[in-house]
Amino acid sequence: MTLISKLTIETPSDREIVMTRVFDAPRQMLFDAFTKPELVPQWLTGRPDHTMPVCEIDLRVGGAYRYVWRGPDGFEMSSQGVFREVTPPERVVATERFEPSWYDGENVNTTIFEEAAGRTTVTLRIQCGSKEIRDTMLKSGMERGVAYSYDRLEQMLTAKAQSKAS
Amino acid sequence: MNVKDPNLNSLDSTFSALADPTRRAILARLAKGEASVLELAEPFALSQPAISKHLRVLERAGLISRSREGQRRPCRIEGHRLSEASRWLDGYRRIWEANFNRLDRLLERMKSEQKVTSERSRRSNPR
Repeated sequence: MTLISKLTIETPSDREIVMTRVFDAPRQMLFDAFTKPELVPQWLTGRPDHTMPVCEIDLRVGGAYRYVWRGPDGFEMSSQGVFREVTPPERVVATERFEPSWYDGENVNTTIFEEAAGRTTVTLRIQCGSKEIRDTMLKSGMERGVAYSYDRLEQMLTAKAQSKAS
Repeated sequence: MNVKDPNLNSLDSTFSALADPTRRAILARLAKGEASVLELAEPFALSQPAISKHLRVLERAGLISRSREGQRRPCRIEGHRLSEASRWLDGYRRIWEANFNRLDRLLERMKSEQKVTSERSRRSNPR
C-alpha cells in the first residue's frame, strides 16, 4: 500500500473512474498545467521512461486535442478527443479515444478545478464508453505495475541527485 | 465481455460489488472481524432483507464468505479477492501518482517563475 497518498481513486459505478488530488497552487495555475500544450508534456507522461513528443491542444468547444506518448523502444501511443465544455479556470469536458485502441467507443473526461485557501482540488471523472473499457484501463496499470515502481524509484533518486548538484 | 481474459472476468464482479457505498461500508465493518446479518444491519438504516441482498452480491463476488454452521451464520471478509482488486488499482494509481508528482514539481517551478516576474515588475514600477 502507498504510504502517504494524496490521491484517491474510486470506481463509483461500473463505467467510471474518479480521481481526486489536492495541489498546493491556485487553480488558474492548475488549469494552465492541464490545458497548455507547452506545460502538459512536462508531467502527463505516465511512465517515467515515456515522453510526450506531440501535444496539440485547441482549447475551445469543438476544438480537438492530441497527445502522443513514446516509449524507449520507440512504441507510440496516442490519445485524442474533442472539447465539449471549456470553462476556465473551473471545468473542462472532453472526449477521449486511444490509438492503438484497446477497445471500441470513447470516454468522456470531466476535469473540475476547485480552489480553497490557495490550494486546488482537481477531480478527474472518467466516464467510460463501457464497463470493459473501464476495466481494461484499470488493468493496464497492473500489468506495468511492478516494473513501474522500480522505474519511479530510480526517477526519484535521479531527481534528488540533480537537485543536490544544482 | 472480454472472454479471452479470465482474470478480467473474475474481477468484473469484484468491481461492481465494490461500486456500492453500503457494500463498501459492510466490508469496512467486516475488516474489523466477523459479524452476523443482524449485527451488520444495525449501524445501517436498512432492513435485514436489504442487508442480505448486499451480502449475496459480496458473496458472489468472492469478497466475503458465510459460515454454514448455526443460526448466527457469521460473515467474514475474504482478503485475497480484495487484495487482487486493490493490486489492480495500485498499478493505475502508481501511474497517476507519478503524473501528479511531476505536476507538483511543475507547479513549484511555475510559482517561483511567477514570483520572479512579479518582483521584477515591482522593481520596474516603483510607487
